[in-house]
Parts: sequence; C-alpha cells; structure tokens
Amino acid sequence: MIPAAFDYTRATSVEEALGILASDEGAKLIAGGQSLLPLMKLRLAQPARLVDIGRLPELRGVSKLDDGRLSVGALTTYAELMDSPAVHLAVIRDVVPAIADVQVRNRGTIGGAVAHADPAADLPAALLALDAELVIQSSSGTRSVKADGFFQGPFATGLAHDEILAAVILPAPRGDAGSAYASIQQRASGYPIAGVAAVVFVGAGGLVEGAGIGVTGVSDHPYRAHEVEDALVGTTGTADAVAAAAALVVGDREVSADIHAGREYRAAMAVVHARRAIEAALARAR
Amino acid sequence: MTTMTTDVLGAPVRRVEDPRFITGHGRYLDDIKLPAMTHMAILRSPYAHAKIRSIDTSAAKAAPGVVAVFTGADIAYNPLPMAWPAGGASGIQNNVNTPRALATDDVKWTGEGVAAVVAETAAQAQDALELIDVDWEPLPAVTDAEKAIADGAPQLHENAPNNRVFDWQVGDKEATDAAFANAAVTVHQRLVNHRLIPNPMEVRGDIGWYNPGTDEYTIWMSSQTPHIQRLLLAAFVMGVPEQKIRCISPDVGGAFGSKIFCYADMALVLHASKAIGGRPVKWVEERRESYGSTIHGRDHITYVDVAATKDGMVKGLRVKTLANLGGRLSTIGPGIPTTLYGRILSGPYKIPAVHCEVTGVYTNTTFVDAYRGAGRPEATYVVERAMDLVADELGIDPAEVRRRNFLPPDSFPYDNPSGLLTAVNGSKLYIDSGNYEPAMDKALAMAGYADIAAKKAEAKSRGKLLGVGLSTYIEVCGVAPSKWIGAVGEGWGAAMWESSNIKVHLTGKVVVTMGTQPQGQGHETTYAQIISHELGIPMEDIVVQHSDTQGTPFGYGSYGSRTSNVGTGAALKAAAKIREKARRYAAHMLEANVEDIEVEGAEYRVKGSPDKKKTIQEIAFALDLAFDTPEGMEPYLDETAYHDTPNCTFPFGTHVAFVEIDQETGNVELVRYVAVDDVGKKINPMIVDGQLHGGIAQGIGQALWEEAVYGDDGQLLSGSLLDYALPRAEWLPSFELDETVTPSPVNPLGVKGVGEAGCIASTAAVANAVIDALSPLGIRHLDMPFTAQKVWGAIQAASGGSGSAKGGEA
Ligand SMILES: Cc1cc2nc3c(=O)[nH]c(=O)nc-3n(C[C@H](O)[C@H](O)[C@H](O)COP(=O)(O)OP(=O)(O)OC[C@H]3O[C@@H](n4cnc5c(N)ncnc54)[C@H](O)[C@@H]3O)c2cc1C
Repeated sequence: MIPAAFDYTRATSVEEALGILASDEGAKLIAGGQSLLPLMKLRLAQPARLVDIGRLPELRGVSKLDDGRLSVGALTTYAELMDSPAVHLAVIRDVVPAIADVQVRNRGTIGGAVAHADPAADLPAALLALDAELVIQSSSGTRSVKADGFFQGPFATGLAHDEILAAVILPAPRGDAGSAYASIQQRASGYPIAGVAAVVFVGAGGLVEGAGIGVTGVSDHPYRAHEVEDALVGTTGTADAVAAAAALVVGDREVSADIHAGREYRAAMAVVHARRAIEAALARAR
Repeated sequence: MTTMTTDVLGAPVRRVEDPRFITGHGRYLDDIKLPAMTHMAILRSPYAHAKIRSIDTSAAKAAPGVVAVFTGADIAYNPLPMAWPAGGASGIQNNVNTPRALATDDVKWTGEGVAAVVAETAAQAQDALELIDVDWEPLPAVTDAEKAIADGAPQLHENAPNNRVFDWQVGDKEATDAAFANAAVTVHQRLVNHRLIPNPMEVRGDIGWYNPGTDEYTIWMSSQTPHIQRLLLAAFVMGVPEQKIRCISPDVGGAFGSKIFCYADMALVLHASKAIGGRPVKWVEERRESYGSTIHGRDHITYVDVAATKDGMVKGLRVKTLANLGGRLSTIGPGIPTTLYGRILSGPYKIPAVHCEVTGVYTNTTFVDAYRGAGRPEATYVVERAMDLVADELGIDPAEVRRRNFLPPDSFPYDNPSGLLTAVNGSKLYIDSGNYEPAMDKALAMAGYADIAAKKAEAKSRGKLLGVGLSTYIEVCGVAPSKWIGAVGEGWGAAMWESSNIKVHLTGKVVVTMGTQPQGQGHETTYAQIISHELGIPMEDIVVQHSDTQGTPFGYGSYGSRTSNVGTGAALKAAAKIREKARRYAAHMLEANVEDIEVEGAEYRVKGSPDKKKTIQEIAFALDLAFDTPEGMEPYLDETAYHDTPNCTFPFGTHVAFVEIDQETGNVELVRYVAVDDVGKKINPMIVDGQLHGGIAQGIGQALWEEAVYGDDGQLLSGSLLDYALPRAEWLPSFELDETVTPSPVNPLGVKGVGEAGCIASTAAVANAVIDALSPLGIRHLDMPFTAQKVWGAIQAASGGSGSAKGGEA
C-alpha cells in the first residue's frame, strides 16, 4: 500500500491547475483523494504528478442561481451537500447516506465522484435522473453538458485531460416532483449491485407528466433509462404501469457480472429497484 | 485504618487496558521503530501453482536504498515445523509439506513468498520488488478439496499421492453401521463449511534483530505465542540454541487464531538481520498480502448421515469430511479438523454411536489452520444442522428434537462416543459438566418461541419470510491437559500447561507475570481482578505483564479459550504460594504459630486476638528489607507456579436467531438474536459479554456474508476487503444475552472460558434460521454464506423461476 513516487503541486487557482494539465501529460487532479489514493496505493494508478485542487475556494460550496437552480461546486463534499439546500431534493437525501461511510463522505467530493465515473458510483444515478448539468472549464473556456451522455464507460467520461469539472447544476425543487433512490449493496464494498434513481412529475389526476431514471452498477457505466421514462410518462403510475416500465430498465445493455452478482441476478435487481425507486418517487409526488 | 479492599472478582470492572487502546497509545508491532531499522518487502507468487525456473534479482539489488535481496536459495534454514499431525491410536500417516522461509523450487498458492527485499525505507523496498524478475513455469491448479483427491487432479507434492495429507478416523464404525441398519429414519446431507479469512484489525508483522556482539536474536512479533515461537524457531527452523532467541509480542490488535503459528516471515527477518550485519529488519504485511501470508480458516466439505428413531432420538451419526488444508501445512493445521472436530461431533447430545472420517487435502490455496473456534464451529455446524434435518424429516419441532437428545444433567463427567478418550496411556477427557435444558428453556422463553407461527404470519403480511434457528452448542475450553493433547499418538507433541509469577514489591505493589498472551481480551484486567481477590490488594496496585520470553515464565500462549481455565489456575496457585509465605512470615512478626494465623483479604491475624495483625503490605515491606527473617526463610514475596488443567471445560448454551428474507432480492436481515450462555462463574461479566458479542458477530459473518472465493485457476477473487465482506455493526440487531451458571468442577474458580463460544454457536443458529425461513418453499438445505444472490437463486429455483445462484459467469 505504498504508491509509486510522484510529484505534487498544490494549485492556488483554477487557472494554475488548468495550465499544468495543459502542459503536463502525466499530471492528474486530486480532490478528496478517496478514489485516486487507493488506486495509487495499489499501484493501479501511477500518475507522475498530482495537482491538488482541494483548497480552491472557487470550486467549493452550493449557491442558488437566478433561475432557482443550484450550482454545486465540484469540491463540495457529500457531507456538505447534505448540509445544503440540495437536501430539498429527496433523491439526494436518499443517495448520499447510501454512499460509503461518514469519513469518506467528509472527504469525498461531488466533482471527484462524477469525474472518476466508477461504473457503480451511486451519485451519478441521481444526477442522471435529475437531468443535472455539468460545468466544465479549460484554458480555452467554459462549457456545459448534460449528465446524460457524460458517462461513457468504466472510469471514462466526456472530460478531456486538460479540463476541470467546476460545478454540477441541479434543478430547482418543484412542487409536482417526487424522487427517490433504491439500491442493493454489495456487502463488502458497499457499492451498489444495482442502484436506480427516479424522478417523476405528477400532474392533475395523477398523470405522470415527466420522469428521469438514472441507473448505476448494472453495466459498465451509469446510464439514463429513457425506455423506462417513456413507458411511465402518460400513465397514472398504477402498480402495473410501474412494473411494466421498470421491466425495461436493462434493455439490451450488457450487464456486468462478478462474484457477488451474476448477470441474471444483477439484471433482476435492476428491475426490482427500478420499481421500488419509481414507487417511492410517486408516493412522494402525490 | 481499614485495609479491606473491595472484592472485584466477578465485578464488571472497566478494562484497564482500554484507555491506552482507545486513545491511540497502544504499542503495536508497527509502532516500534528501532535505531538503524531497515524495511523488508516480500515478492509473492502471482500463480497458484508454478515452478520457479530462475529468479533475477540484479536490478532490484541495484535499486536506490536497497540493502539486500534474498531468495530461497540464500537461506539455509529448515522448512517450518508442523507440530500437530493428525494422530490417534493406529498411527496415522501424515504426508507433511511445510513452507520455507522463501519458496525454493515451486509455489503452491498465490501469495507464497519467493523473494525479499530489505531497504532503507518501506517505499524503496516496495519499489525494488517490482524489479525482480521471476521465470515462472505455471502448472495446473486445484482449489477444491473434492476435486483435488479425484483422479487426474493436479498433484501438489510427491509424498502426498492424490493430494492426501492424512486419512483419519474416530469413533465406533461397527456400532454406527449397526445403528443405521436398524434405523427407522435416516437423513443425509452434504454440507460445505466454507473458507474464511481471519482479518484481525492489526495485520501481522515482525521485527528481527541479530546482535553481532552477543550472537543473540530478538524478534518482535504480532503473535499469540511468543514462547512457542522461540522454541520452534530455535529448535526446528534456525538451529540456534533456544537461549539465543528472545521473542516479544507487543500489544496485539486481534488475532482470532491466525497469530498462533510459526510463519516464514519470522525466520526471514532474523535471517535478514544477521545477513546485513545486525541492523533490525521490519516487515509488516499489507491487508491484501495477508490473505496469502496468514492462514485461512474452516473449508470443510462434509457428508453427514443421521440415524434416528421415529420419535427423533438420534441413534447414529456418520460423518465424512474433507478438510482443505491449503498448499502446505501450517503449524497445527492437521490437528484442527481431527482432534478439535471429530472428537466432539456429538456435541451436547447422547448419541450412542458416532463415526467420523476426515481426509486432509492439499490444494493450491492459502494454508488453513485454527480460526476462532477451530474445529468446534465446524463440528457444531454439522450436528446442529443434523438436528434440524431430523426435525424436518419427522415433522417434530427442532427444540423438541434437541430436548429429547440432550445429555441429562446426571451424565457428567461424560465420556463421549466420538472419542475424547485418547487410547494412549489410557488418559481420558470427559465433558466435565452441563445442564442443557434450562439454558434452552430460558432462551426459548426470551425468544417467545411459542408464538413463532404468529410471528411468521405477521412477517408474511409484510412480504417477508421469517425464520427462526436454534443452536444448542458446547465449547471445549482450555486446550488442554498435557496428558491428553500432549500424549504421544494424539499428534501434538507438546505440553499445554501455563505459568504465573507474582512479586509483591517492598511498597506493596504487585507485578503479575503470565505465560499467556492477550490479543485484546482484557487479560490485564481479569488477572488483576483475580489477584486482587486472592491477596486483598487493590487492583490499581497490581500490574499484569506478559509477552516477552525474557522475564516471563514459559507459557503456551492464548488460543483455544485456554486463558481463563489454564492461565487462571496458574495465577491462583502462585497467589496461594504468596499467601502461604506471607502467613509464615506474619507468624514470625506476630510471634504466633503459623497454624494460628488466619487470612482475610490483606490481613493476617492471630486467631482469637483480632488486634494482633499485619497486612500483606507490611509483610512485603519487612520481608523485602529482610533484616529480621527467620531461619530458613528466603527474603521477598516472589513466587512462580505452573498449572496443568486436569481436563478441558465445556461451556454450553442455546442461541436463537431470527432472520427475515426479502423474497424479491434474496436479502437476509438478521432481525433478532437471543443467546443464553453458561460459561460457569465469571471473572468479569462485562468482558464475558464483550467476548460473546464479538464472537456472535463473527459467526454471523460466516453464515451471511464472509467467504474466501477462489477462481478455478487459484486466484483469490475475494482478495481484498472490497470483495471479502466482514460484518458491520449496523447490520446487527442488539443481542439479547442471558445466562445460566453451572460452575466447572475442573477450574478452582468454577470458570470455563468464553473466547470462542459466540462464534461456535452463532453460525449454526443463523443457518438454521435462514433454512427455516425458506422451508415453506420446500428448501431443505442451502450452503452458507447466505448472500442475497444465493438466496434469491434458491427462491427462484424453488418457485420454478429460472434464477441461478451462480455468480461471476462473466
Ligand atoms: C471506503 C470507501 C467506500 C466508498 N464507497 C462508495 C459507495 O458506496 N458508493 C459510491 O458511489 N462511492 C463510494 N466511494 C467512492 C467515493 O464516493 C469517491 O471516492 C469520492 O466521491 C471521489 O471524490 P474525491 O474528491 O475523493 O476524488 P479523488 O479521489 O480526489 O479523485 C477521483 C478522480 O477524479 C478526478 N477529479 C477529482 N476532482 C475533479 C474535478 N473537479 N475535475 C476533474 N477531475 C477531477 C481525479 O483526477 C481522479 O481521477 C467509496 C470510497 C471509499 C474510499
């Protein structure tokens, strides 16, 4: 558990960090270190240089935008997120306690979780369901992308080497919305075997007018299950309608398998937890 | 002034060692930093089975900070000893192969050490490890005991055809066959008691130091048995005279049996220190590394047959077990599935005929040895599952089946049919005492067992399957009388007594030095309670020492729940010697006859003249200054005693587990746990509860979550805590504990021991509960651990679904 030797720079500004990334192929950002350090200690990652962005105040904190949305700085820890207005989103209240333990939640950052893109990370499911936006900075400027499409493969995202994830934009809470996260955990790691986040908007007469379904743990990257959303919208969210929609959660995606959960079991758990998450979200919306 | 001290024996006194442990002032192996100390890292085999064609260490030798690099060829030491072969009357053949300090020609499991780097820093040692080039010739591997003894299996050792270590048997085969021939009902089941990884919080490590000035070796080791290690390293491995080696165990952060043994790294750090001219060499295993460098536990495949009458009286028990012992043998590997398993298979029951065959098997896996309970959880699992299978077959309540088969309270001392008797010297072991029904009745009452049908219906209304499981276990504590365990023929060629030295200093303060070796159990508290009680000296005036072969009398260490039976006996004897000498000196001081001195607590009084008295502190003062000592009396209150227990002690009890199963996910939740344990008299009930809580949690861990999983190629797939699931406090309900008290006639205080009871009992209770919960689906047996996937698969299969319980078909 001793990392290979590396150089270390503590960035004093985002610009400085971006500059190092642009000029040094071997440089890697470190925020809370909760994912990167274990990999380095196992020597599975051997970055030549760490660029520590952990103390950049401009990347920290949760603020309300003019349109009511929340901008969550990338360095915001899970613990800080739970202390912010983001807790008005039920799915955030559900998902954060399901992640790791108190110590990790005190150090692990939202930006780190998103940028690391573990195929079984919990938070991405919620961000996908919430239709969150990601604010990305590089020396050449700032761009925004949807969470949907950002996660591309195991530990692979739409972030380029010279980019920093600056913030995550969460939607404003809505009166007609309900949301929830349901998962079954692999007992050793605590990561989900299957985790599903659901956001629903329920209109007059109980009609489901919109839905967001985010799925993690099931395949090689977290994904948004549009098939389930489409099947749900326009129904009144009866048990049958929910079950029928949830059954579509895996589709023809390649399901992961390991000693804890084979393909068949993992796929079945995705369906069960899709149904549970949707039912809980509907109950909260009603 | 009164000198009476509060009697602390039996009181829930707070542990004196806890302040240092919980404020970070414990001093564990890795806290020790010696001048000029170097650091060692060990290169471990990536293959489960391979020949070593050659090893090129030249690049590593040239790496920054490297002091030396060793391979097996550099080290002349003998292979590690195997001290407890499977033994018995007929002279069992054990095909012994043990590890070397570093493997020389071939490796037998992933993680076996093949080269070592000593460097200025731990990081440099680690870096240099990556520069060692081994030319491997991979060989086919086998990890499953049943496959390993089959025709055509890869062969591990030339002297062990078909990978058999030994074939051992115990009990009366003819009588057992007759019981089956005449049986009204028989049940049969294959049971897997899967492999576990001990995972103490502190991993193992050693610091070796060779002193060129004196030609002496000192080794600090995270060990349960420093005295035994000195003996083994000196006499068997290094060929160094015993007086030239000193072993020191600092604070030990848990062990669960895994630190009893003589390990390759111990010899390696001593060799290395000498080879580099006497600088100390530290090695501390990493967590992942430890999965291949420290023993695993359990790993039995068992076929059990039970013969019973129509009313559930068990008449015969036939058990055939394959014990997977890993790629080479650990120090007492073969002793565990034989002596500590086969001989106690009948548990608390009166089963007239028992026969057990055990085959020890080599496989390409980490070596297997004693892990908390060591043989007894495996035996308990077999007989407790057997009781439930009989109950199920006959439609009789499992509690009732147990009640009918219990040994009645007038059976003791009881000579059990699976052969606690050792044929050599006619020395026998008996189950010393027991009264099983009251403990079970109390547990059933606490659990509300009579209302179980209503509880199941209520759970069903919530969509859950509720199950209740019993385990009515016995533990064998205090391994063991030397005459038994040490008898030639049983295998273990050693004695098993314990030692204690007590010194009462001039100031009245006491140092107690024990041969036992704590790993977190609170010995410094419990021994002080006993000595305080015996000598009337306040606990805070007593310090308990242990763990250093220099300055402590020889002791066999702590494992097998032996401290409170065997160690306590030694402490009591030493205290009695102190009291006797103090009494003789009091007579001198008080000018009275010794016979007229009566002792109460710290006071030594002349009978009939209560004012004429001396305290033990006054006596110690005068006897230490010694200017007025009677003819023939030596100065100083300093006494040593050795104690060999006449018999083991046998705690027992009933544990009741309640589980609820989510049918959609297969997730098992332990919702309630009731335990009534009879550990005899208690020295400190709080410590007893702590041992029970930890043990129960550990046994639950085996039943529900923990499992060492190997791929067919011998890679350990559960190779870190990301994949090996230890129990967590949040997954456990608050345990409901109670007791019955049947003092042991064997121990002078009536105590029995409690170190392993919890995990001996709880695994079977939880297993029986899970299977009870699944029984409405027609499921009669399922092997542990009951992971969500496995239970879901069983539910799917039982309800005609397509679910398979298999994982990892990637
Ligand atoms: C014991 C333990 C248990 C855990 N259990 C869970 C669990 O149950 N569920 C779960 O979802 N997660 C779990 N985690 C993972 C945890 O959520 C993440 O490690 C954490 O959120 C990552 O954030 P960090 O700041 O520590 O990232 P770091 O480790 O510092 O960085 C991770 C990666 O992200 C990159 N990075 C970091 N910040 C940025 C940025 N702003 N822009 C671009 N790239 C960036 C880094 O270069 C690195 O590649 C667990 C972790 C531990 C240690």
